Amino acid sequence: MTTTLYWGNCGWQAIKLSLLILDRMTEVTGQGVGARVRRKEDSRFLRGRGNYVSDMILPGQSEVAFLRSPIAHGRIRRITKPPGSEGRVFVRSDLAEAAAMIAPTTVPGYKLSEWHPLAHDKVRFVGEPVAMCVAPTRAEAEDLTEQVEVEFDELPVLVDALAARAEKTVRVHEQWDDNLFLTLNLDNGYDANAKGAPVVVRRELSLNRQAMVPMEGKAILAHWDERSDQLVVYYSTQVPHVVRVGLAQFLGIDQGQVRVISPDVGGGFGYKVIVHPEELCVAWLALKYRRPFRYVEDRREHLVVGANTRQHHYRLTAHADQRGRLLALDAEITIDGGAYSNWPFTVALEPGQATGNLPGPYDFRGYRCKTYCVATNKPGFLPYRGVARTGVCFAMELMIDAIARAVGREPWEVRHDNLVPASAMPYDNVTRKHYDSGDYQKALLTARDKIGLAAWRERQRKGEPDGRLIGVGFASYCEQTAHGTSVFSGWGLPIVPGYDQATVRVMPDGGLEVRVGVHSHGQGMETTMAQIAHEITGVAFDKIRVILGDTGTTPYSTGTYASRSIVMSGGAVANACKELLPRFVLIGAHLMQAAVNTVRYERGMIVGPQKSIPLREVAEAWYLRPQELPPDADRGGLETTLAFKPARDTGAFSYASHAAVVAVDTSIGQVEILDYVAVEDCGTLVNPMVVEGQSLGGIAQGIGTALYEESPFDANGQPLASTFADYLLPGPTEIPAIRIFHMETPSPYTEFGIKGMGEGGAIAPPAVIFNAVNDALKPLGVELTETPLSPRRLLEAIERAGASAPLPVGDA
Amino acid sequence: MKAARFDYVRPDDLHQAVAALGRAGGGAKLLAGGQSLGPMLNLRLARPSLLVDVSRLDSLARVEDIGRAWRIGACVTHSRIEDMREQLAGGEMLCEVAAGIAYRAIRNRGTIGGSIAHADPSSDWPLALAALGATVNIRNAGGARAMPLEKFLLGAFTTALREDEILESVEVPKLSRAGRYGYYKFCRKTGEYAEASAAAVFAPGTPFARI
Repeated sequence: MTTTLYWGNCGWQAIKLSLLILDRMTEVTGQGVGARVRRKEDSRFLRGRGNYVSDMILPGQSEVAFLRSPIAHGRIRRITKPPGSEGRVFVRSDLAEAAAMIAPTTVPGYKLSEWHPLAHDKVRFVGEPVAMCVAPTRAEAEDLTEQVEVEFDELPVLVDALAARAEKTVRVHEQWDDNLFLTLNLDNGYDANAKGAPVVVRRELSLNRQAMVPMEGKAILAHWDERSDQLVVYYSTQVPHVVRVGLAQFLGIDQGQVRVISPDVGGGFGYKVIVHPEELCVAWLALKYRRPFRYVEDRREHLVVGANTRQHHYRLTAHADQRGRLLALDAEITIDGGAYSNWPFTVALEPGQATGNLPGPYDFRGYRCKTYCVATNKPGFLPYRGVARTGVCFAMELMIDAIARAVGREPWEVRHDNLVPASAMPYDNVTRKHYDSGDYQKALLTARDKIGLAAWRERQRKGEPDGRLIGVGFASYCEQTAHGTSVFSGWGLPIVPGYDQATVRVMPDGGLEVRVGVHSHGQGMETTMAQIAHEITGVAFDKIRVILGDTGTTPYSTGTYASRSIVMSGGAVANACKELLPRFVLIGAHLMQAAVNTVRYERGMIVGPQKSIPLREVAEAWYLRPQELPPDADRGGLETTLAFKPARDTGAFSYASHAAVVAVDTSIGQVEILDYVAVEDCGTLVNPMVVEGQSLGGIAQGIGTALYEESPFDANGQPLASTFADYLLPGPTEIPAIRIFHMETPSPYTEFGIKGMGEGGAIAPPAVIFNAVNDALKPLGVELTETPLSPRRLLEAIERAGASAPLPVGDA
Repeated sequence: MKAARFDYVRPDDLHQAVAALGRAGGGAKLLAGGQSLGPMLNLRLARPSLLVDVSRLDSLARVEDIGRAWRIGACVTHSRIEDMREQLAGGEMLCEVAAGIAYRAIRNRGTIGGSIAHADPSSDWPLALAALGATVNIRNAGGARAMPLEKFLLGAFTTALREDEILESVEVPKLSRAGRYGYYKFCRKTGEYAEASAAAVFAPGTPFARI
């Protein structure tokens, strides 16, 4: 296998440093698979001409605002609407036609929650929609919400998941006998492998709750189209076909009566893979009143209602040999699931992913895990970029470093010795995940060399003139991407991904239209799908148009999540393109009066023994001059819809090692990232520039999780960060110049060997930054184990350890 | 997150502005750059019945050299002060402080007078100007009054400005060439309100050094 290394300087001006021999199925043409093609979509985005739901106005449109619960837990005694507000103010009982959202799974012991479009009987978190108000403008709709009176009987509030786990009297859902959505138990050879291990390391670690904070929050505009007899919904979603299924189901109308159009979407990250109650409410309004209604979530609503992810707690015990070789791992994971499960992915996704992915890229054979998913009076947990893996990577990678400290070795060495070696690929791990390909150790060693570990260790020994402490950290992970039917059907979710389809159509001028059912909201798929079509057909890249995000014009797909789109829909695009090639040859041969078996198709040209003609002439014959067609022309014409599924759908595993250097100021608790390196392998690269953009965005979000982002709640369940004054997001000045290096090990199971990579960047940063900080604080005997690493937490940890800041050394 | 209903006037001069405040009987708010008031309106934390927009009054947008001090109009923006590095002899500290306020987009709209009148203890001007020994000029229906900034600031978000008064300008004594100053704020990220901040000014020939 050959490896390609690229070097990216912050990605904005990526420079190819070294290009080794490519080991690809096909040649890189300059615009096909592997090429650094500029993104088609950027022209409109850079000019401010994107088109989002917030940009849309339909004649007679009303705006919607929600009255939200001011308390975290209580029974609704009475709601009093302002006089004369009929048709403008709605409560749950007004929405009889809209069903509560319930998402079952087949996971044993999973308890169902009913998520009503508006609060029914009880409120279970601050911000839960209680009443819906409609007015010509949003401001007037908000005025209306102030006139609705709600009386509550307050109930005791469950804020802490560990406490709620044991609580049986106070219950988020009365019909349950406790507060556990789900408890998972897994034991695979734990006792046998742990027995007699000379090194035992125990840690308690946690990640706090945060929001996803896409630039655009929820946004929906729904109206009834009389001509098509359809509810047409402009919907900021990652999964247009899935939310169509959901809306039709919960509103009790035919699937064909709903068309979902997802226009430009300002970031999804997992927030937009479900049907939210507000969205069901607005769709109901349009169905009921047959005119346009719009709701756009504002930032404060997002930070309150969207404070819904990442909150995990770990108790881990690792058993290792004297060299730090991991023998067995015992885990107790508690996930703060919030108040409601979601449709269709359910809150069970997170504990399932946490349990299955905690062992990470490591080769060991004893694993026991008990995972609790607990209901609390907070917004219902949603899957955020990385889905559980940011948490498990944080927990596992801090454990690897703790083991290294226990056995007195360099963390990278212990990590290296435990990683699945390339010689073992493909490898079935202790949770029976099938790692398809890769060289995990090489990625780590490359990260070690690129960060320049030896030089930093030397500088560390000398000490800093300003007294700050230097630390170097590493983290490795592997990431299941594009996992399909066999994985999701095992969880028994309401919607299971299967084949993804693509439609490819030759236009009368020889251009291509490519239609896919996934959606692009930052992934650059208008570009990468076109690169794949260009790779197969040779049609000029700028003559290929990619259409996504509209159930009325694209084939069904479960949509964009789980780092699946380029593998699944990309594979379908390739399949559909290949299907058309013989049809081109058949018509082309007839036009050239040559025998079919003497004619071939080559990059946009039909090549015969005497002459060649461009695809355009074939297209003109089919559409404009059918008198020239052969009598046996394929009746499928010049378009086709075909599906794709990988040869094995247990997932194409991308992987990476990240390394970071930090300087810690122990007097004020400030952490500066001095260098950051990511060495990643997502199989065959379709567009390295897009991969780098995705990686950078993910790493920026991961740095947010590591250092800044937190949605704290007080003891009454009141959110304490509801504006950007209190909720810190990293900005351009907080993100260091990240250096990205690519390895390229194709997956044996996918088209071109592509692996998914949309989420990966967000997985490793908390682990790598904490490992670096803990490396810096090692002389003080201080270890940080809770995200985010605020100055307060850092200083408190130093104080707890009884350590004082070391005196400045050097010439200060 | 849209503002509740309010009325709006844009007076032609300071006299009309003071009169508008008087007529509103305490329900009015002055709008200058709107960088603090805007979010407070949208969050409905501020619910004035009337906004009196003084942002386009030329008389509040002057920077004048009055010899021993610079007189800066209340509606002079942070970015304008930031950009006066070569023109504000003895007032260099002002340029430096201005350049560190939030982001340029905010500095383009936010005003020095608005910041002082808002009196957020984690913002820059109240601290920096107090350290520099600045004086504020206040206009009201009866005429005008002046007071040291330190007396004007009564506490967090509280000033000596009455509801019918307008902060007209701030006078900042010039530092001599021998003068020294330092200004530092601790923020976890660029543009954030300070978690802690400190200013020190040493003006030789005066009886005070301020920290």
